[in-house]
Amino acid sequence: MKAPSFAYAKPGTLPQVFDLLERHGDGAKILAGGQSLLASLNLRLSSPELLIDITGLPGLNGIRIADGKVRIGALTTHRQIEQSSEIAEHLPLLAQAVRHVAHVAIRNVGTIGGSFALADPAAEYPACAVALDATVVLAGSKGERRVKARDFFRSLYETALVPGEIVTAVEFDAIRPNFRSVFLELARRQGDYAIVGLAAHAKADGSRFSDVRLAFLGAGATPVLAGNAMASLEGKPCSADVVAAAKEALAEDLDPPKDLTTSSAAKLHLARVLTGRALAALSQ
Amino acid sequence: MDHALDTTMILNGAPVSRRIPARQHLIDFLRDEMGLTGSHLGCEHGVCGTCTVRVDGQIVRGCLTLAVQANGKRVDTIEGMSDSGELAVLQQAFHARNALQCGFCTPGMLMAAQDLIGQKRKLSREEIRAHLSGNYCRCTGYQSIVDAIEEVLQTDVPHGQG
Repeated sequence: MKAPSFAYAKPGTLPQVFDLLERHGDGAKILAGGQSLLASLNLRLSSPELLIDITGLPGLNGIRIADGKVRIGALTTHRQIEQSSEIAEHLPLLAQAVRHVAHVAIRNVGTIGGSFALADPAAEYPACAVALDATVVLAGSKGERRVKARDFFRSLYETALVPGEIVTAVEFDAIRPNFRSVFLELARRQGDYAIVGLAAHAKADGSRFSDVRLAFLGAGATPVLAGNAMASLEGKPCSADVVAAAKEALAEDLDPPKDLTTSSAAKLHLARVLTGRALAALSQ
Repeated sequence: MDHALDTTMILNGAPVSRRIPARQHLIDFLRDEMGLTGSHLGCEHGVCGTCTVRVDGQIVRGCLTLAVQANGKRVDTIEGMSDSGELAVLQQAFHARNALQCGFCTPGMLMAAQDLIGQKRKLSREEIRAHLSGNYCRCTGYQSIVDAIEEVLQTDVPHGQG
């Protein structure tokens, strides 16, 4: 189908963006890469009065490493992340995850800020951000504020963004020595939405599990941190019994919604399979 | 607020200026306004890849790009890249391998494949398939398509590399 009629503006400064958002309220939508937004317009799932194209704003694009932090500007594309040697070195979880984000022609255009603002529960970055306790940087006419990823994703496609605000960056702690990251995803075809996926991160000394973080995608309305499974692993030896107990504990953490092809029980089973694989990789 | 915008792009090497409705995506502009019907519309929501074109040297989904977003950018289509000879080797390989059946996906396949050719490194069939994962062939002629691309990549890689 064709998109409904809308107006288009491409402001050159953030204050102009905030002014347009204030004047148009709910009628305005932010256009960054547009790889989800324009699809939803073509499907007539949404009919905004105005698209505010923010790709002309200076300072929102790029990857910066400083003081043990990796700051990724909202307009940084998936392709930039995929091809960044800095991301591969300092944020291996994201480097692994980005290969699962759609296809090259979409990764060339889609942005990290867009992925966070959309908050699709099957998206890769949000689960990584929750696993790594990342911070989302938001800006509005009243200034900037910072929200932890676990508080940013509120519900299905719902975030902590309030009217008039946009995502300007995401900040991660760079990986520390002796830590290891594993990203795994099951999809019916390369680049499709995840049936279920897992962003895992832990201190890896090869004998005991420590500081384990397990965040699932496609397993709830938001990324789900598997607190019970994580607690069951803490300080325990890397043994088959311990891994089995963590898989068992996932029943307390996850209640995955069924989709067209996969039941809730099958998703829980697949989440356990991924957990086994991830823990094996983390404990090597 | 503007529902149509004056837009100038470099289309297949030549500047084009038009007033374009904001809601019009790049493929409708190319096909309906410019008569360039080589870029196809399949699903029109970013899944099938038959609308693949190049903007500023990168392959994109034409159906998920507003024509007004191409303002100030270079747009290359299957027509321009055929006329310039850039795709000649790939097209010859597709022809020789019978890497098309109905032909509907072929322009998008060629655009996606050419993106690989420029990389000048040896790729496995799995890597070729991963790169083409965003392009559907509903005749399911993937085997021959991968054959053709693999053949071009083998001759494309300079000696001593890959």
